[in-house]
Amino acid sequence: MTNLEKYNEAFINSLGVEEQQLQGLTYQSVDTWDSVGHMQLIATLEDAFDIMFDTDDIIDFSSYEKGKEYMAKYDVEL
Amino acid sequence: MMRMIDFDTLFTIPPYALKKIEKEQLHKQYLDRLFEHHCNACKPYQQIVRVLGKNPPLPVRLFKKYDLRSTGNEEITKTMTSSGTSGQSVSKIYLDRATSARQTKALSKIVSDFTGKSRLPMLVIDSKAVLKNRNMFSARGAGILGFSMLGRDLTYALDENMNLDWKTIDAFCQKYYGQEVLMFGFTYIIWQHFYQTLKTRNKKLPLKGILIHGGGWKKLSELAVSEDEFRMELISVTQLQKVLNYYGMVEQTGSIFMECECGHLHASVFSDIQIFHPENFEIAEKNEQGLVCLTSLLPTSYPGHILLTEDEGEILGEDDCPCGRMGKYFKIYGRMRGAELRGCSDTYEQH
Repeated sequence: MTNLEKYNEAFINSLGVEEQQLQGLTYQSVDTWDSVGHMQLIATLEDAFDIMFDTDDIIDFSSYEKGKEYMAKYDVEL
Repeated sequence: MMRMIDFDTLFTIPPYALKKIEKEQLHKQYLDRLFEHHCNACKPYQQIVRVLGKNPPLPVRLFKKYDLRSTGNEEITKTMTSSGTSGQSVSKIYLDRATSARQTKALSKIVSDFTGKSRLPMLVIDSKAVLKNRNMFSARGAGILGFSMLGRDLTYALDENMNLDWKTIDAFCQKYYGQEVLMFGFTYIIWQHFYQTLKTRNKKLPLKGILIHGGGWKKLSELAVSEDEFRMELISVTQLQKVLNYYGMVEQTGSIFMECECGHLHASVFSDIQIFHPENFEIAEKNEQGLVCLTSLLPTSYPGHILLTEDEGEILGEDDCPCGRMGKYFKIYGRMRGAELRGCSDTYEQH
């Protein structure tokens, strides 16, 4: 599986969304991406890539696209 | 149209760095803007200030009786409630995305000043069941979620029936043996469901690190447990180095007041405290007990930036706590006599 597939899968599994919904998906734009869903998503990403986000980055991880920037910060190439 | 309030700048300031004069200037500037914003955006607030003048402290009770919000219905993403005891009305606090993001940010800035920047493995002394209704959070649920960003490998120590989940706890202790962890929970729940079970079974858990707890002493004082006793007893059933309390209210989530290593509650850059004499509402001096009035610079979705609580407290000093943190530090004595009996986040439904 490529990193991008892993990244997408984390969203799909922890937020219960479809792949087509990912582009443009933002925090709280779907019911499941609330603060509970957010922490599930973060935990899933951390497990999948074996990284640990700074608290500030967890808070600012506000969209599917924005998240990609943060992955780069943790040396994950998508 | 509301002038933009520059919260980005606020979040660049370390939470305990400002001295009295700098903080006063900063707060004046933000409170002016907040006042203007809430006047424009909340009709009932506008009516209140017409009578009471600029930036009046609003009694927390008003949030039970009235729907006070400064944002349109469609903007509200979360409603928080104080979990008042049965038969009482609850406060309803309406949050939009911007306000709740700000609350989380402030909480993380404040708490990481005590826990350090790295996210420690986290044991929550509560049950996952608290987070069941995701749209209508109790103060307890919101507290857990807010703090959960500061930890990692979030683990719940209690099962759905509020009993210790031994298997989970043992696995957690084993996994992080010898490492610092972050424990979090509500004072009464920790005492009743964690400490007492361990004590009865004469068990000591190999948990090192820091325990942060909050949610009121009302029920604990019924059990005649003092703050010091709580700290000592919790240390006796674990290997914790620090047990720190925090004070805050659901009406001003995020900008909590952490207790420092010297046992003093501290106002941060996001908050402030004043004490009023309850008889004449004059501002009390340092070391005089009175009614607690709290400021938070965070809320824009409801007019809760200056609130009159029903708690009694005393300011102990400003900018000179031995812990080195700037700002006012204080002590809370509990609910003011004659104040309405009020649930706090440590109330929970009995199963």
